[in-house]
Parts: sequence; C-alpha cells; structure tokens
Amino acid sequence: MKKLRRRKIEERIFKLFMLGSTVVVIGSLLLIIGTVVIKSLPAMKLSMITQTPKGGYYLGKEGGILNAIVGSLYLASGATLLAVLLSLPIVLFLNIYTKKSSAFATFTRFSLDVLWGIPSIVYGAFGFIIMVFLGLRTSLLAGIITVALLEIPIMSRAMDEVIRLVPEALKDASYSLGATRLETALKVVVRQCLPGIVTAVLIAFGRGIGDAASVLFTAGFTDNIPASLLQPAATLPLAIFFQLGTPYPEVQQRAYASAAVLTLIILVISLGSRFLIRRFAKHMIK
Amino acid sequence: MLLLTAVPGVLVFLMLFGLLQRSRAILALKSFSHLLFSSSWHPLKGEFGLFPFLMGTLWVTLAAMVIAIPISLLTAVYLSEYAPKFVRELAKPMVDLLAGIPSVVYGVWGVLLVVPFVGKTLAPFFGTYSSGYCVLSGGVVLAIMIFPTIIHVSLEVFSSVPNALRETSLSLGATQWETVKHVVLRKGLQGIIAAIVLGLSRAFGETMAVLMVVGNVPKLPHSVFDSAYPLPALIANNYGEMMSIPLYDSALMLAALVLLLVVLVFNLAARFILIKAERKAE
Repeated sequence: MKKLRRRKIEERIFKLFMLGSTVVVIGSLLLIIGTVVIKSLPAMKLSMITQTPKGGYYLGKEGGILNAIVGSLYLASGATLLAVLLSLPIVLFLNIYTKKSSAFATFTRFSLDVLWGIPSIVYGAFGFIIMVFLGLRTSLLAGIITVALLEIPIMSRAMDEVIRLVPEALKDASYSLGATRLETALKVVVRQCLPGIVTAVLIAFGRGIGDAASVLFTAGFTDNIPASLLQPAATLPLAIFFQLGTPYPEVQQRAYASAAVLTLIILVISLGSRFLIRRFAKHMIK
Repeated sequence: MLLLTAVPGVLVFLMLFGLLQRSRAILALKSFSHLLFSSSWHPLKGEFGLFPFLMGTLWVTLAAMVIAIPISLLTAVYLSEYAPKFVRELAKPMVDLLAGIPSVVYGVWGVLLVVPFVGKTLAPFFGTYSSGYCVLSGGVVLAIMIFPTIIHVSLEVFSSVPNALRETSLSLGATQWETVKHVVLRKGLQGIIAAIVLGLSRAFGETMAVLMVVGNVPKLPHSVFDSAYPLPALIANNYGEMMSIPLYDSALMLAALVLLLVVLVFNLAARFILIKAERKAE
C-alpha cells in the first residue's frame, strides 16, 4: 500500500511540473505581448504612423515611423510575391508531375527542410554576396530577393502539406474528363487547396515582415519612403533595433511604437489565417 | 517547372559555395583551425580569431537548452497526454503565435524585462555583479524562442505513439505518469532527440534577439552572468565597417560559413533521426 501511495505522489508531482511548464510557456507569450502594448501606449499618436522621422531616425525627436511601415509592407509584399511565383510551381511539380516515391521529390523536400533551418543571418550574408555579384547597392530590390529566398522554404513546406492531402480520386476524375496535368494542377488542385495556399502565403509574409537579420545587409535604412526598387528601404524590425539604442527617450518611443505595429501585423496575420482555414474548409471536396 | 523544382536543392550548395568563395581570401593567409581556435580578435591588426565568438554562441545556446528542454517537454507531455480538449485547442494556436513573434520583438522584451531582472534581482541574489546584459539573459530569451519548435515536434511524435500501447500499460495497473515515462517517452525517444536538435540549431543561429541582450563583449565568458559575443551577433554588428578594413568582410563571411556548416550538420542529423523513427513506426 505504501508503494502505491508513493506512485501516486510521483504522479501528482510531475503533473504539477507539467502544469507549471505550460503556464510558463503561455505566460511568456502574454508577458511579451503585454510588455510591448504597455510600453507603446504612450507612444501611440496619430502622427506616429502618418509621418516620417524628422531630423534623422537616430537623433531627430519629431515625426513617426511611416517610413518603416511602408518600407516593410513594400519589402514583404514584394518578397512574398516573388516567393509565391517560385514556390507554387515547385510544390505543384512535386505533387503532380513526380511519383510519391521519386528520389528527386524526396531530395527536394529534404532540401526545403534544410533550407528552413538555416538562420536568417546566413541568408543575409548570402543575399549580400548576391547583391555584390549583381552590382546592386543596398536597396529595396536586394532586400526583396533576400527575403524571398528566406520565405521560399517556409511557404513551400506549408503548401506541400495541404496539396499532399488532395485525394487521388479527385485528380483521377479530372484526368478522366480529358484535362491535362497542367489543367488539373491549376484548375482543380489549386482551387481545392486555396485556403491552405493562402495560409501558407500569410505565414511566409509574417516571417518575412518580421525578419531583421536578413535585411540588415541588403535593404539598408533611410528616413524616406522608397520611390523605386533601387532605393534603400526602412523596415520595422530594423527601426526597432536602431531606435532602441538611442539615448533619447523620444526616439525610443518610436522603437516601441514600431514593435507594437509589427506585433499587431503578426497577430492579424495569425488570426486571419486561422479564420480563413475555418471559413473555407467547408467548401472543400473531401 | 522541373528547373524551378531543382532550385531548393541547388540553393543549399550555392550558399555553401558563395560563402566559401568569399572567405577564401582569409583562408589563403591563415589555416582554418587557427582562425577557429585563436582568441585574438583585432581586425585592425589583421587578426581574426573566432574562438571567443564560438564560445559565446555555445554558452548562450547551452543556457537556452538547459531552460528550454525540461519546460517544453513537460508542456508537450501535458498537452498531449493530460490536457482536456479545450485547453489543447486553446494552447496550440498560442504556441504557434509564440513562433510567429519576430525576433526583434523578443529582443525589445528582453531589454525591457529580462535584462533589468537579471541585473538587479538575480545577480545580487547570487552575490555577484552583472549589468544584466549577459549569457543568462540571452539564454532566457532564446529559450522562449525555441519553446514552439520543441513543443511542436514533440507533440507530433507523441501523437504517433499508438493508443493501444497506452491502454495496455494502463490496464496493467500503471499510473498515467508511469505510462508516459515507460511507454510514450520511450517509444518517442528518437523523435524527442530530433526535436531537441532542431531547437538547438534554431538557437544556434538566432541573431537579433540575442544580440540585443547579451552584451557583445569579445571575451570568453566564465559564468552565466558574464557578457558574451555570439557568432551571429558578430556578423550582424559589423556589416557597416566590414568593407573598410581589409579582410574583415572575408572573416565575417567565414563566420557565416561556420554557422551554416554547424546548422547544416544539426539539421541533417535531426532529419535523419526523424526519417528513421518514421520508418520504424510503420
């Protein structure tokens, strides 16, 4: 009997540890979001998001973070577009044109996994090499190329996971009606998987807009809104990074505001993709 | 489409090749092992010893792993074996969200909360002095960043353990924790190792958040309250001046190459373990 009691106590102790750990994990998320919100509330004025910084982003005390917001949106949109143009054909090819057991497909999936694990600072260094190779300067274009490379594995893996689940019967039905493989891919498979594909795009966009290390070398930083692809662009993550390090509290406010805007964008994307999955899941042919 | 599909495979090699090409200038002058194990970092004198930075990365990564492994594994076990359905449904998106938060935001949080806490509360408590910008702060921030990776992979591993095995164990009179300990964890051991290695490689390459809280002093750390200067932070901090000092850019590209190689090895190992475990399960 004594032994049974010891076993029950062990059970209780570990259950307590597990509950504690879960609370720590969830708690840190709430703590992070809470800290950013509380710190940024006093900084949130309309001028913050409608003006560019006045007198230099590092020293000037007036103005807002419009340059970084617009720069980040340009950069992430461009990179995501480029990544979609590359990822979608890759994933469709893997799932429709190659056999399940093909060594080429296995190798490509494996490579995507490996690329997914490469740290963004290495993408930054590699992007820098490409930039020098192409004779570009730090610019929106160089940033877009680098971030697109970073997004491809994320997007492709997420798309692959949904497109893999398309039932064979659906494809067979399309073939039997005389559709070619390309028609099947674009008109049946893409349509069937649209919510999944959009979610993959959103996830990649979120990663792209939040990444600092990859754009540090390539996109540059500026007080202005870029007017062409060849001009440098400010980004929210770098706006946070640079402006937090200044001795002026007014400038630090801009860093907090940038952090809040960035976190808000990530939250909206995360909730949005969840909503999309629920909303469209019922239209899919099972 | 075939050509495009070859891109991911080629890209890995292209990255290795590109970084190697750019770091050849410095490798021509000094041997790889000398650069890796020399502690003298004086770019103006042309000395580029990466050892302090390598150790900085190791210290911070190790600190993060010590914190992250038990907490993430216990959370994963709770969510997969104990938690009621609604808790699981509620917790999973939150873990995903934690993975989605940009690393600079983690950095801001670290500067605002973790650094003062470590510097003003924790260090005096242990009777030492610390500015707060130290290995421990980096470890704490990094640990939270890799929670989602370890939890996510572990959850998948646990869900692949057949329920029949759990029921057998329970029917023999084992408590739920004993079932977890002897059946679930044992069956999923390989997968758990893979999860940890994936977390480790994520921690190894993480840049911005660590850079913001770890102090960036190029010296070997001797305790968790010392500052450190990890490899990724070195690359990120010096991009501005690297073109003005000879060989500097080459040394930084070598640092990136070392980082890439280490992460590649970790990743390959983890993927192989996962593939092997999957085959065994079938």
